[in-house]
Amino acid sequence: MADIAPLICRDIHKTFDQNEVLKGISLETRKGDVVSLIGSSGSGKSTFLRCINLLETPTSGDIIVQGDPIRFKTDRRGERVPADNRQVEQIRAKLSMVFQGFNLWSHMTVLENVIEAPIHVLKVPRKEAIERAEAYLYKVGIYERKDYYPAQMSGGQQQRAAIARALAMEPDVMLFDEPTSALDPELVGEVLRVMQGLAEEGRTMIVVTHEMAFARDVSTQVLFLHQGVIEEQGSPDKVFDNPDSERMQQFLAPRF
Amino acid sequence: MIDLKGYGPALAEGAVVTIELALLSLLLALVLGLAGAVAKLSRNRLAKGIATTYTTIIRGVPDLVMMMLFYYGGQVAVNMLSDWLYIQFQIDWFLQFDPFISGVLTIGLIFGAYMAETFRGAFLAVEAGQIEAARAYGFSRWHTFRRIMVPQMLRHALPGLGNNWQVLLKTTALVSIIGLTDMVRVAEEAAKAERSPFLFFIPVAAVYLALTAVSELFIKWLNRRANVGVVQGGG
Repeated sequence: MADIAPLICRDIHKTFDQNEVLKGISLETRKGDVVSLIGSSGSGKSTFLRCINLLETPTSGDIIVQGDPIRFKTDRRGERVPADNRQVEQIRAKLSMVFQGFNLWSHMTVLENVIEAPIHVLKVPRKEAIERAEAYLYKVGIYERKDYYPAQMSGGQQQRAAIARALAMEPDVMLFDEPTSALDPELVGEVLRVMQGLAEEGRTMIVVTHEMAFARDVSTQVLFLHQGVIEEQGSPDKVFDNPDSERMQQFLAPRF
Repeated sequence: MIDLKGYGPALAEGAVVTIELALLSLLLALVLGLAGAVAKLSRNRLAKGIATTYTTIIRGVPDLVMMMLFYYGGQVAVNMLSDWLYIQFQIDWFLQFDPFISGVLTIGLIFGAYMAETFRGAFLAVEAGQIEAARAYGFSRWHTFRRIMVPQMLRHALPGLGNNWQVLLKTTALVSIIGLTDMVRVAEEAAKAERSPFLFFIPVAAVYLALTAVSELFIKWLNRRANVGVVQGGG
């Protein structure tokens, strides 16, 4: 079967007040792609990721998820807003997100966190949702913590639980927003290993990261953003070893 | 046992009226408080305006004045509305504004305003990331509200709500002034007739104290339930 591109973004612009944060970002993924978005703070990489699942509404540009373009309209104040909230909810259910701050729901146990969206958004029967959740918790290595509350676990365990929550949606694309930036250095590895495992399974992932080793070794495509534009784009070999852009060269240069 | 000179059953009935009044007022106050908080936090200017007017007026007028306004003014308003409905639409509707209804409405409205502030603060205390995660997973607004915001907000709201409830309970004593035969009214009449205020008012005070003590235990239990998953002491 000819695979539909899981995610296409065309010429995404985002302006906050007068400040243009994204100045035309495009991205096309194939199934199984692992796209790393790199760049310094304020380059717009997280904003771009948040535009993909409409946590921020792009000022202009198209987002097409599994061949389904998100419809927009202009509201009374002249702002561009999604035309159909139901469509947005359906699309978000196909793009699960892993946050920098984990954002596990703190009043629910790990298991409850993982089954909540499958049951209530995807309408999976409860029993099946629990089986699915347990399998994913086992996969990320925290099955034995399924009845803990998030606050009772380390950051690395919380982030792995959040990855299980994302997996339980069986999404078309997984969005990672600096998933290891809030972790103690010794906990980064356990999360990266889980992510590497997912990449090897052929899951489509878009990862905003400062982990250059991960970007280089795991991704199929690297985008280097600088001040809201793509400065460098291509395979990791090309971007890291043979960049055209001077900024990319500076970004990679040792800083000590 | 103390000899209540035959007023025991009446006092007990009065105590039941007090409890009924307090619980119904609480229910109304919770509904109004929640609605008020949601309206104040909404982007709808009209809803925000109505809620702000409501809390501003209620918090600035003495409870007793409001109660009298409702009791005496309420019946006049109902009569006018009833006449109008009958003349305009031949609808035969009437409501007798008794002290109990006035009491519930007044106390509910007053404490609804205080609770709106408590709920509003509690909603604002919910971490943005918790709501963002719900949105990112395709939750509808209603589902986010019910499954994420309300349970998390309750943690922050419960201490304030507990306080409001205790003050509310004691405020019910005011309704005896507009003639409701609650425990305070019975005690007052008995004390006058028997000329022994201590004999009747001390038991009434004891009942209030017992009610607040039991509520305190209940609120503690609710607090424990709402705070499940929160590690105490930080770290």
